[in-house]
Amino acid sequence: MNKMKLPFIAALSVVAGSLILSGCSNPTAAPAPGASSAAGGTVTVSSADFTESEIIGNLYAEALKDKGYTVETKFRIGSREAYIPALADGSIDLIPDYTGNLLLALDAKADVSSPESIVSALPAALESKKLTMLTPAAAEDKDAVVVTRATADKWSLKSIEDLAAHNDEVVMAGPPEFNKRPVGLPGLEKNYGFVPSKFEPISDGGGPATVKALLDGKVTAANIFTTSTAIPANDLVVLEDPKNNFPAQQVVPVAAADKLDANAVQALDAISAKLSTEELIKLNEQVSGSAKVEPKQAAITWLTEQGLLGN
Amino acid sequence: MINEMLAYFADAANWSGSAGIPARLGEHLWYSLLAVLAAAVIAFPVGVFIGHTGTGRVLLVSASNVLRALPSLGIMTLLVLLMGIGLLPPLAALVLIAIPPILAGVYAGVANVEPSVVDAARAIGMKDSRIILQVELPLALPLILGGLRGAILQVVATATIAAYVNLGGLGRYIFDGLALYDYGEVLVGAVLVTALALVLDGLLALLVKALSPARRAIAR
Repeated sequence: MNKMKLPFIAALSVVAGSLILSGCSNPTAAPAPGASSAAGGTVTVSSADFTESEIIGNLYAEALKDKGYTVETKFRIGSREAYIPALADGSIDLIPDYTGNLLLALDAKADVSSPESIVSALPAALESKKLTMLTPAAAEDKDAVVVTRATADKWSLKSIEDLAAHNDEVVMAGPPEFNKRPVGLPGLEKNYGFVPSKFEPISDGGGPATVKALLDGKVTAANIFTTSTAIPANDLVVLEDPKNNFPAQQVVPVAAADKLDANAVQALDAISAKLSTEELIKLNEQVSGSAKVEPKQAAITWLTEQGLLGN
Repeated sequence: MINEMLAYFADAANWSGSAGIPARLGEHLWYSLLAVLAAAVIAFPVGVFIGHTGTGRVLLVSASNVLRALPSLGIMTLLVLLMGIGLLPPLAALVLIAIPPILAGVYAGVANVEPSVVDAARAIGMKDSRIILQVELPLALPLILGGLRGAILQVVATATIAAYVNLGGLGRYIFDGLALYDYGEVLVGAVLVTALALVLDGLLALLVKALSPARRAIAR
């Protein structure tokens, strides 16, 4: 009989233990001991005014709440011109950003030729504004040249360089600025000798009208962001960019200097460690796709799936 | 910003080629002309019918109010998603905003012809077709032209949306300028559209005045 009871008791204690643990992870419960005594118990998490940024902001906010911090959220406060000063003056404490564009915003002449050069130059550039960054995620939301699977197969395309062999046959769609920006067509010509026979400006930022033009065959290639849900949904092919024409844009938490303690940094690093471009596309799909999940709910679900809550 | 705009206008390179100001003006006028013509072909017969017979007035008023309330850029974006990029989506959006003023002008002009004049025409043996062509339409001309003038003004001002997708026209300056934070170029587009609308409106005002029956009577 005793042999029968032992596993039962063991199971009971596991259940009880997990109940206690889940009590800690309840955001409305009292802060876990240790976290409450940490410096900067209140963290104001913010985001730029687009959906993906709000989703990542929610990841940060929910993870910090779970660690017992008092989290205030001020999402969608605007563009980089608005939130960098807000970080510096303390009205917000933490925001997700993208490495390449952040560095260029801080220093227009910075070397953005490789992901490494960006990440190594960023801390110094941020320090001049009394800001700091944590470890960037693998997830990247950057410009890309995208073609349909059929085009990629027909011409055996792997990289943008391969596309240059078909210059005369390629019509390229992109936002109007792509025509003139150094990282747009001028950069593609310089790096790969790629000059499309025609450029079709479409002002929806690589959105549905651009995707439709690509799928209809009205254009052969399009400038679409790597985290666009249209890429997996339509089996589009992102052409490789071996010469880094498009600066790396890894997701990175940016905070006011000395605002985050070691616990918070650890929690945010854990998110960055798990956040890949594919995972970010899935999160975008949850919120922007037909499911229309609230960013906060999508964040909680993802964090739970990744085992990042309640530890 | 004003200086950048003036510099843009002063640069001779911006006045030639397929992206030059004359070419963009031409494209803009072409889209506008197509849209107003298409709208007139649709709205004119309907307006004459309703004005002459008096049937379907409620339908006309509600339908044209609905058309007026439609956001052109939204309609065009929707059509682009349904039909793909090309001339048709922006053109359809422009036709939709041009129909209500033309329809209202034609309908109101024909309906407001003095009933005794129409009765007199019928009494001397005119058939409906002749009453419409020789009595009602000439008398309705000032209101018809007024409606047309309103439609042209709206279409010219709105044709900038064609540049949202891959087309040209004066909107190209506005969308390209906004994308590059080049507000001088945005202003170039805005100033050209405004000037074009004012010039066209002035010409049409003169035309309406010259063709108004009361004035012709006095001139005689």
